[in-house]
Amino acid sequence: MSFLLSCPFCGPRPVDEYAYFGEVTKRPGPSPTLRELTDYVYFRDNVAGVQREWWQHRSGCGEWFLAERDTRTNEVLEVILPEPGRNSPA
Amino acid sequence: MRLEPRSGERIDRSKPVSFSFAGWKVAGFEGDTLGSAAFAAGKRVFSRSFKYHRPRGLLCCSGHCPNCLMTVDGVPNVRVCTEPIREGAVVEGQNVRWSLDFDFMSVTDKVGGPFTPVGFYYRTFIRPRRLWPFYEKFLRSAAGLGELDEHAGYSRRYDTEHRKARVLVVGGGPAGRAAALAAAASGDGVVLVDEDASLNGMQLDGVEVLAPARALGIWEGGLVPVDAGTVLYRFRAARIIVATGAIEQPLVFPGNDLIGVMLPGGVRRLVNDFSIKPGNRAIVVAADDEGFEVADDLSEAGVAVPRVIDLRETRPRELVAQGGKGRVRRLVVDGESFDCDLLVASGGRQPAYSLLAQAGARIEFDSELGVFVPTELPSGVEAVGSVTGDGLGKVDPEPAYGGKGKCFVCVCEDVTTKDMKRAIAEGFDSIELAKRYTTTTMGPCQGKLCHLPSIRLYSKETRVYEAAIGTTTARPPWAPVELGLLAGRELTPARRTSMHWSHAEAGATIQWAGPWKRPYAYGEKPEDEVRAVHESLGVIDVSTLGKLFVEGPEAVALLERLYPNRFGDMKSGRIRYGVLTSDAGRIMDDGTIARLADDLYYVTTTSTGADAVTAWFEWWNAVWGYEAEIVNVTGAIAAVNLAGPQSRDALQRLTEADVSAEAFKYLDAQEIDVAGVPTLALRIGFVGELGYELHFPSPAGEYLWGQLVAEGARPFGLEPQRILRLEKGHVIVGQDTDSESNLYSAGMSWLPKLDKDDFVGKYALEHFAEREEKERLVGFTMEEDVLPAEGAQIVVEGFPAGRVTSARRSEAVGSVIGLAWVPTDRAKNGTRVEIRVDRLLRGARVTHGAFFDSAGQRMRS
Ligand code: FES
Ligand SMILES: [Zn+2]
Repeated sequence: MSFLLSCPFCGPRPVDEYAYFGEVTKRPGPSPTLRELTDYVYFRDNVAGVQREWWQHRSGCGEWFLAERDTRTNEVLEVILPEPGRNSPA
Repeated sequence: MRLEPRSGERIDRSKPVSFSFAGWKVAGFEGDTLGSAAFAAGKRVFSRSFKYHRPRGLLCCSGHCPNCLMTVDGVPNVRVCTEPIREGAVVEGQNVRWSLDFDFMSVTDKVGGPFTPVGFYYRTFIRPRRLWPFYEKFLRSAAGLGELDEHAGYSRRYDTEHRKARVLVVGGGPAGRAAALAAAASGDGVVLVDEDASLNGMQLDGVEVLAPARALGIWEGGLVPVDAGTVLYRFRAARIIVATGAIEQPLVFPGNDLIGVMLPGGVRRLVNDFSIKPGNRAIVVAADDEGFEVADDLSEAGVAVPRVIDLRETRPRELVAQGGKGRVRRLVVDGESFDCDLLVASGGRQPAYSLLAQAGARIEFDSELGVFVPTELPSGVEAVGSVTGDGLGKVDPEPAYGGKGKCFVCVCEDVTTKDMKRAIAEGFDSIELAKRYTTTTMGPCQGKLCHLPSIRLYSKETRVYEAAIGTTTARPPWAPVELGLLAGRELTPARRTSMHWSHAEAGATIQWAGPWKRPYAYGEKPEDEVRAVHESLGVIDVSTLGKLFVEGPEAVALLERLYPNRFGDMKSGRIRYGVLTSDAGRIMDDGTIARLADDLYYVTTTSTGADAVTAWFEWWNAVWGYEAEIVNVTGAIAAVNLAGPQSRDALQRLTEADVSAEAFKYLDAQEIDVAGVPTLALRIGFVGELGYELHFPSPAGEYLWGQLVAEGARPFGLEPQRILRLEKGHVIVGQDTDSESNLYSAGMSWLPKLDKDDFVGKYALEHFAEREEKERLVGFTMEEDVLPAEGAQIVVEGFPAGRVTSARRSEAVGSVIGLAWVPTDRAKNGTRVEIRVDRLLRGARVTHGAFFDSAGQRMRS
């Protein structure tokens, strides 16, 4: 991986300045079954295509944000600032 | 032999340079390469081949083939035909027993026939298994390239430099230069790289020329790493123009690897650049025009060229080079024999498309030209010149000419046409499989000289068109690269606390602790420091602890949801121990949380956890959006732990605040002045004695440390701290716990408050609470005075059933104590377990709670 990623604040920077936190998952509601829980904790869709994922500009401004990335080409279609309660599920 | 001075030559005859070549002293001129000077001095054997140890000489003279790989000043696999000459260089042969001119191992060439076909080793030396180490040793030394000097690791320094370019041009031939100039006309930021050292210093208006330098590949985002010797440039280029040209291809015929069989470009370089007469009598066999131009150059240099064979006009069935002592003596064409000591053989030129292919271009067989050309370039990448196929004529030589003798498809790996045919007969009928089986294209030339010939041969043997066979996958790096360059210089930043130099002056033994440099102990005997803490007063630098402020109207709500503990009921000025868990229920980090005001908390983390915990808090808050700010103040705030029965008195002498037992209770947090320094004092039992953790601005570090030492506090290091904490049975996250540990198995079932609405890890802990853990973290006391290693096995009925995570000898307890993971049915207090120590099984008793002062009176006093 060597692509450039655009921080919503700092603009395009080499990807090694960022920390990747994986695809966006859906945290289950209260008292999940063991199956629901392990699904959330361990299973990922791992799509070959566009996915929404978490990134942090770790060695830059520190901002957490969401990116829509094509996992086949590493093309980043969009970066989005999280708006809790609206677009940033755990 | 040198020719009379000629115009255009690159050598400077007024500047002689000498060096040693395979033990001989050789003289050349400035402007020479090591290879050209050796050749001019009459040296012809440059290497021994990979498998058969056949003598090999200059073939391409342009850095493409394996034939001139030698060890130069201890650096293996240097191509001496392009390596600039330098005074005193020591050039040695590789892969030889005895000497380049007489190599013991060349018997494999004579008797090796039946013993060295492809796949031979895989099939033969696999049984009996126990003999493999012996075979391996022999085979490894018999086949191969240069040897690495194991002690050379630090002899060269490598660096990485990040650079930007508007336009990066790869290749400095006519097309590359023209493209660079055109780009420079519309602005700056144009860089041209070329592997040819002679381009170094070339003047191109507005263009920065880097040579010798190799582009290793093209990655996303226009990333092009460029190998410039000891510097790796990581270029980001908006536009990449590839002008890598086309590479001359050898012809495949028996004897094609004899010394004196050369590619036309190499011959022309010897004549025109270095003014060398490369032979006396030359025959030229060529499949394209390029091959013929060399004939003119040769005649001009006084070489007799009695015969030029144009393979487009005649299609000989038999074409054999014959020789003696590894050198070409004659060429036999359909029974007709021509004497020669130089045979220029050209199979046409193949576009050097590898960079483009690896960048994502499609590679197709152009049946008009008879070679592979790149199509459908990825965006941001352009190609100019002969790499696109421009200016190339149609070539269509026989894939392999008949005749007697070894006929090489791949000189790097010594793969013959016979090997290829055998592989196909054995069923390796895809080019990718055949490549792996025969290792064709996998040697030092990386397919530059063998890819096209092997596909031609493949096509003929399998009766499948080249276009349908396709190419093998092009992978970076395009050119061989030193591992040191990829590894870069070892740069490990060390973090030091603001009191570091006080420790160093006091004679502390400094060790790495995560990213930090910390005192291990101050004297020879850590136990003396332990005793000082138990009996009087000690002080330790704990500035490495992670320190965060969490502030805002919803700070408490955020913390309640991050920790399994409860914080809402905690009053201002109080402290609570907290453990962070993940949603998988695993222990991540621990520390203390002090409430300083209604909406202000001060959180400490482990020394290595500061950054991760900060990121973790911020991430969850990006999810939840509480009105709370998280500020990491780890570097801004220094901290020490003042501990021991005399700590209250010592602190009282340094402050006007009342720190009496009544005014400053266990687990209180107070903002006080200590020796004039504004300090947040936390009364916690970090090491099990009465003690205060003092947090204050980093710049006051050395000053306050000095004040505390002057009050009689004895500095103690990490090792005494380990002993003290173990005596209390304190768990060290990351040492005693791992990614599988949870609060129940680690013996902290009192901590999570499952009746809270939600917290990270709650759902998993709910499940864990209902099941029986398989193993538990418990304390143990050894029955004898032996010290188990960390990681030692717990043995139950002869089987390993657990492991020791910490163990130390404790004076205060009078035994060896430790923590270990044991099966749940052995976890009861007093149970006897066995621990393997130096191969013997030693008894130990499970011990719950603290080993020392189990009621905790000392720290609460
Ligand atoms: S002769 Fe040096 S690389 Fe071919
Ligand atoms: Zn940023």
